[in-house]
Amino acid sequence: MKTGRGRDAAAGRGKEPGRTQGGAQGRGSGRGPGLEGATERWVHTGGVELCVAELGDPAHPTVVLMHGYPDSKEVWSEVARGLADRFHVVLYDVRGCGRSTAPRPLRGGFTLEKLTDDFLAVADAVSPDRPVHVVGHDWGSVQAWEFATVRRTEGRIASFTSMSGPSLDHFGHWIKKRMVRPTPRRAAQLLNQGAKSWYVYMLHTPVLPELAWKGPLGKRWPGILQRVEKVPAGDYPTASLPTDAAHGAWLYRDNVLARLRRPRADAYAHCPVQLITPTGDAFLSQRLYDDLEQWAPQLVRRTLPAKHWVPRTRPDQLVSWITEFVTAKEEGDPAKQIAARGPYADRFGGQLVLVTGAASGIGRATAFAFAEAGARVIAVDRDADGAARTAELARLVGAPQAWPEVVDVADEAAMEKLADKVDAEYGPVDVLVNNAGIGLSGSFLQTTTDDWKKVLDVNLWGVIHGCRIFGRRMADRGQGGHIVNTASAAAFQPSKMLPAYSTSKAAVLMLSECLRAELAGQGIGVSAICPGLVNTAITGTARFAGVSAEEEKRRQAKAARMYGLRNYPPEKVADAILRAVVRNQAVVPVTPEARGAHLLSRFAPRALRALARIEPRL
Amino acid sequence: MAPVTTATSAAAGELTAELRGFREVQRLAYACAEAVAAQLKPGITERAAARMQREWLRERGVRDWFHLPFAWFGDRTAFVNFRIPLQFFPTNRELEPGMPFILDMAPVHQGYTADIGYSGCLGLNPVHDKLLADLEAHRALILREVRERRPLREIYQDVDRLMVRQGYANRHRAYPFGVIAHKIDRVKQRRWSPTLFGFGAQSLKGLASDALHGHRDGWSPLWSPYTFSDHPPQPGLWAVEPHLGFRGTGAKFEEILVVTDSKDPQESAFWLDDDLPHVRRWQEEKAA
Repeated sequence: MKTGRGRDAAAGRGKEPGRTQGGAQGRGSGRGPGLEGATERWVHTGGVELCVAELGDPAHPTVVLMHGYPDSKEVWSEVARGLADRFHVVLYDVRGCGRSTAPRPLRGGFTLEKLTDDFLAVADAVSPDRPVHVVGHDWGSVQAWEFATVRRTEGRIASFTSMSGPSLDHFGHWIKKRMVRPTPRRAAQLLNQGAKSWYVYMLHTPVLPELAWKGPLGKRWPGILQRVEKVPAGDYPTASLPTDAAHGAWLYRDNVLARLRRPRADAYAHCPVQLITPTGDAFLSQRLYDDLEQWAPQLVRRTLPAKHWVPRTRPDQLVSWITEFVTAKEEGDPAKQIAARGPYADRFGGQLVLVTGAASGIGRATAFAFAEAGARVIAVDRDADGAARTAELARLVGAPQAWPEVVDVADEAAMEKLADKVDAEYGPVDVLVNNAGIGLSGSFLQTTTDDWKKVLDVNLWGVIHGCRIFGRRMADRGQGGHIVNTASAAAFQPSKMLPAYSTSKAAVLMLSECLRAELAGQGIGVSAICPGLVNTAITGTARFAGVSAEEEKRRQAKAARMYGLRNYPPEKVADAILRAVVRNQAVVPVTPEARGAHLLSRFAPRALRALARIEPRL
Repeated sequence: MAPVTTATSAAAGELTAELRGFREVQRLAYACAEAVAAQLKPGITERAAARMQREWLRERGVRDWFHLPFAWFGDRTAFVNFRIPLQFFPTNRELEPGMPFILDMAPVHQGYTADIGYSGCLGLNPVHDKLLADLEAHRALILREVRERRPLREIYQDVDRLMVRQGYANRHRAYPFGVIAHKIDRVKQRRWSPTLFGFGAQSLKGLASDALHGHRDGWSPLWSPYTFSDHPPQPGLWAVEPHLGFRGTGAKFEEILVVTDSKDPQESAFWLDDDLPHVRRWQEEKAA
């Protein structure tokens, strides 16, 4: 079985079959290579030797991680480390990549049939009696689709998590369907994917790709990944990249044309499938998966705002989704199946969302909307009962976990403490909603310094503290995230009635836009939500400067009644917030009056100034 | 149509014959709701459920209605996207496992009217259970404030505030005139009892006459959030129906509150019957 040991010497790595060691050699020390602590073994199959690494307790369910092109198993290092304490994690270098040997001759040695042989050999070696859970990225996923849809692997695969790699058969049918009846939309989809597949055409030219990879492209590739794909620098890609990439070209040449021309008609998945779609993938259109339910009946969809190399850029999120999916399949308890059914469950499932001002109004509705999408929710408010109530109901509508936290957002030390606690107990925050705010009405000259301080402390400083403390942690983690700040239509609509409130909200709006620019490079989105008149408790608690306590009460009641008549529900604002996060929108006016004011502020600011002089009778 | 202005202590169970008549029909209606709810299964439509209620009550001698039976399934229990009153009428929406449902009927039996609402769910629905449990506070709040003789409009707003604090939406706002309650009374039995948009003509006549009298004397048979309800509770029988909604799930109860002109707070207002499914459910939960 060892006939094909003649490997390219380029990588120059000596090895002994069967040797057990930690990590791969030839890389810098420090934190050490990702596969530290892995046990290695060699599996001989079909004329090649596959380098197989294992982490975690072999008694746990086995998860096999399949790497893509041009990668080696080290692409999974972060994810593998995250999965190792719950699962028996197995990674192997695909034939011709990393430390596995290449078939001889190369042509015809990379067909999906042979890759399936490799997989079965590895699965039999690492988990002889139990089916394995497969996770594939890029070509790893393309292969794994083959594993998940051919007869001979039936019973060997317990679940399959696919990212950025469609089944070539499904792809073939997808193209056929669009060629046969090219409606404008279908033609556009076809052209779009056709343009994204430029590298596939290049790889079909003879010799040139090999030369490029072994020459300048191989040298520049790590830099390109960092610059274009935002892959963090570190121990990836490995030194074997040029040979991985050169050999891997045969993956395309051996399979793509053949499969796309004659896609199998019976490519139905025989195991549950989880599809993770990065929305910013430069190589694959999201539309490729539109008809996937037809091929994979038990499909769970996830979307991730990231580029192609998610195992490098979003390892935490992958660990969480893989863990959830595999655990659900292992336990096989239908009640524990992924339950969230909200409109954005694919995007927010399992994410950690922190909402301030969550005891009432927009904050509470937002917490519920995220809960319905399956997010874990932290409801922060000064009002302990209200926050507890929000957390309790959030659990009922779909949040796997929800916690109340009693904090005054204006208190910097308390916010710092909260951030430490959240980090230690609940994990890193994925979405932060700075929503807490108070109302203050009254003319500028009647507003006291104390009134100003109070409103700025909560409305502005609360947002600043939130953005600074949690934003810093998000940026340090380097795996994206989103910050939503609740501004107001008052941020662009001046009014003689609301000088202090409008000032604070205008500051929040500008802060959000600046922060958005700053964090854009790190994959963290910032959105400012600008609601108009929304029926919440803010009217009942707003301060009216310069009037007696009795008059203040009367005006509060009157304002509450007015807002009640307007009756714009906070739930709609919450929906706008989720949509803003999903679409990464910068400024989102909600309610018709806010949208109108936003429009006027750009095209007819004088009209707004005229409106500002009107004093509504309260 | 003599208004109920005198009643003896409910605690002692010595109701006047008249109140006993109302209690009997209310019990009959709840028995109907429980019987129909027990027969609901997946695939059954709102229309079928409404028909089952109608037939069950007809078999037991009901010939006239305050309103014909309603049935709401799924997110229709929270009146999601209701714009026009016609949407209250039963549709072909089919019941599915885990769905909440509400049966609402107002039969007239031997001249006595009841108007009840029964919330349930098919199988497990934790949100629905929570809503139903949280209705208990509303039942207590309404009775307490009516006994304090607070203006109906203020009580309405207090119920509203409690709902908001609980995190729920006020769904009785969707009813005609946004009422949380309306007066009901005895109805003359006629051989022919036509209905108008689902409401019994006799009952509507009674309500209209009450509205007319009330308009002269400064009160209204409709308990709404508007200024025409800005008066202390008017003696008589009120069918009270607080309706909570929470993200596509709704729950309500509806039962008769007796308001008298007695000076004794205990006798000035009381729930006609404390032996009703939702009350028993709360007691069982407390015992458990």
